[in-house]
Amino acid sequence: MAAQETRVITKFLRDRTDDSWEFAVAREHNQAYSALEKALGMEPAQLVEEVTKSGLRGRGGAGFGTGQKWSFLPKDVFPRYLAVNADEGEPATFKDHMLIERDPHQIVEGSIITAYAIEAHHAFIYLRGEFALGAERLQAAVDDAYANGFLGKNILGSGFDLELIVHRGAGCYIAGDETGLLSSLEGERAMPRIKPPFPAVQGLYAAPTIVNNVETMSAVPHIVDRGGEWYAGTGVNKSLGTRIFSVSGNVEKPGNYEVELGMTFRDLIEGLAGGVAGGKQMKFFIPGGASSPWLLPEHLDEPLDMDRATELGTMLGSGAIMVFDETVDPVLVAWRIAKFFAHESCGKCTPCREGSWWLEKVLYRMANGLGRADDLDLLLSFGNNISPGVTWPPGQTTICQLGPSTMSPTLSLHKHWGDEIRARLAQDAERRTTLEVAAG
Amino acid sequence: MSFTDTERRRAEELIARYPHGKSALLPLLHMAQDRDGYVTQDAMQDIAALLGLTPALVLGACSFYTMFKREPIGRLVVSVCTNVSCLVNGGPALVDSLRARYADDLDVHVEEVECIAACDLAPVMQVNYEFHGPVTSGAAVEVIEQYKSGALTARTISGSPAAASVSGAGTTVRRELAKGG
Ligand code: SF4
Ligand code: FES
Repeated sequence: MAAQETRVITKFLRDRTDDSWEFAVAREHNQAYSALEKALGMEPAQLVEEVTKSGLRGRGGAGFGTGQKWSFLPKDVFPRYLAVNADEGEPATFKDHMLIERDPHQIVEGSIITAYAIEAHHAFIYLRGEFALGAERLQAAVDDAYANGFLGKNILGSGFDLELIVHRGAGCYIAGDETGLLSSLEGERAMPRIKPPFPAVQGLYAAPTIVNNVETMSAVPHIVDRGGEWYAGTGVNKSLGTRIFSVSGNVEKPGNYEVELGMTFRDLIEGLAGGVAGGKQMKFFIPGGASSPWLLPEHLDEPLDMDRATELGTMLGSGAIMVFDETVDPVLVAWRIAKFFAHESCGKCTPCREGSWWLEKVLYRMANGLGRADDLDLLLSFGNNISPGVTWPPGQTTICQLGPSTMSPTLSLHKHWGDEIRARLAQDAERRTTLEVAAG
Repeated sequence: MSFTDTERRRAEELIARYPHGKSALLPLLHMAQDRDGYVTQDAMQDIAALLGLTPALVLGACSFYTMFKREPIGRLVVSVCTNVSCLVNGGPALVDSLRARYADDLDVHVEEVECIAACDLAPVMQVNYEFHGPVTSGAAVEVIEQYKSGALTARTISGSPAAASVSGAGTTVRRELAKGG
C-alpha cells in the first residue's frame, strides 16, 4: 500500500483549501475549545494521568514523556508557570511554524488545558522573533480566546483563572533550549542554566515551570478529546501517536508530513516526499535536525522510532529530515552545520565556545581543498574535550546539549566515510606540497 | 530619541503584563526599534530607567539577539538563509547576488541568516520578516523593489505590522551619517 499520512493535529489545517484559521472557523470545523470544555470538568490530576497514559513524548527534541514531566512538579509549591516553546530554530525544522500560522487556536487550547492540568495561572508562549505573521495570528487567537471566555478570570465558570502572554523573541537559537528560553523570558541573555535544578522544580522566576513544545501542546486537545488509550493505541513501541516530520533538502516534494510513528524512513522520504529530486541517488540523510548524527541509504528501512534511532547512534530530535543527493559533499554540509553552531554558541562554556569555532575553521579548510592530512583526527581529538568519546548519545562537558551537538557532523564523517576523507585530505596536502615545490 | 508620554504609557502597560517587569525587556527593545529603525543609546537608557536596570544590562541583553540592530541599517532588512537545506538549493548564490546588488543602497540591508524554519521554500528569504520563497535572485530583486516602491507594504524593521511603524527612520539616520562621513 502506498505510504499515507495520518492526520490528527494537521487535519484541520490540511483538509481545508483556504487559509481561514480564525476563531469562528476553527470552532465550527475543528471543534476548537471543546476539549477544553471537557478538561475543565476533570480534576487536574486526572488530566496528568490521561496524558501519561497516552505515552505522548515531547516533540521539541529531547522526547521526554510529557505526562511524566508534568508529574515532576513539587507538590503544593505555587505559583507555577507554563512556558510554551515556539522558538523553532533547529535547522531544517519547520513544523511549528506551520502550526502557529495555520492553526493557532489548537496551540492556545492545548496551552490552556496544560496550564489547568499543572495548576498554573500564568502561561507564556515564547515565539521565535522572526515569525512575524505567526506573532500576529497567535496574538489574534489569544485575543479571541479572551473575548470568548476561554482565557482570563473564571474560565467558562470553572473558577480557573489564566493569563496567557505571547512573548516574541529576537533572533537566538539557544532560546529554544528550555532553560535558555527561561533566561530570555526573564529579560536576560538567553543563556542556558545548569541542571539540576530542573525547570519543573525551579524554572521561571525560580518557581516550578513546565516547558513544552508547540507540537506537544497541539496534541493535548486530541488526547483529552479521545482519551489517552486511543492515542497509545497508535504508533510503535514507546514512540506512540503521530508526529509531524519536516522533510527538506534534495527531495522532490519538501514539506511537513504527519505520520504514525513506526513508519519507515523510506515510506516517508520516498513514498510521501517523492524521493530524491531529479531522479538522483541519495548520498545520506540527517534524521533529526542539525544536531543529530547522520544516516545512510542503507538505513532507509528503519522505523521512525525514537528508541531505535538511539540504537542507531542518532536521534529523531526535532523531526527534521534533510536529504542529500550524490552530488553533495558531506564535508561541506558538516562545515555549514559547524558554522551554525559557532554562531549560536552562547559562550558560557569554554569547550563549546572555543570548540565550535575551531571546528568551523578546520572544516572550512577541509571543504575547500586546503585540508591537512590529519585534520579529521585533529577534529576528533579536540572534539573529545567537548564531548568525551565523541559518540552518540553524547558525553557532555557543557551546560547544554549544543556543545556535544557540534560534534555530530564530524562524528558522522568519521563513521561513514573516514577512510575516504583521510585519503582525500592526504591528496590535498600532497598536491599543495607539490605546488609549493614547483613554485620554488 | 527618548520616550514620549504616550510611549511611556504603552511601555508601562507592557511591563504590567508580566509577573516580573524585567520580562518586558525584549518587547520594549522591539518597540524602540520599531520607532527608531534601530535600538538607540537613548532608548536603552530609557528602558533601563523604566525597568530599574543599568543601561549596561540592557545593552548586554540587546547585543545578544541578532534581530536588534544597534546602528541604522535602512528601511528594509533582507534575511537570506544559507543553512543546509538552502545551501543545497542555491542559498549562498542568492545572498551573494543580493549583497552585490544592494551594496550601495541605503534603504536595504542584506544579511545571511541561519535556518528560518521555512526549508520547504528553499532558497528562502525574509524582507522585514515576511517570507518569500523559493526565489531566484531575479525574483528576489523584484520583490525587494516592490517593497521599495510601496507596491508591497513592508512590516517594520522589527517585523511588526506596518501600521506601527515610523517608516524609513533607519534610512534617514543612515543618510545623515553617510553625508557626514
Ligand atoms: S553548551 Fe554552548 S550553547 Fe550551551 S550553555 Fe554551554 S556555551 Fe552555551
Ligand atoms: S535551511 Fe533555509 S530555511 Fe531552513
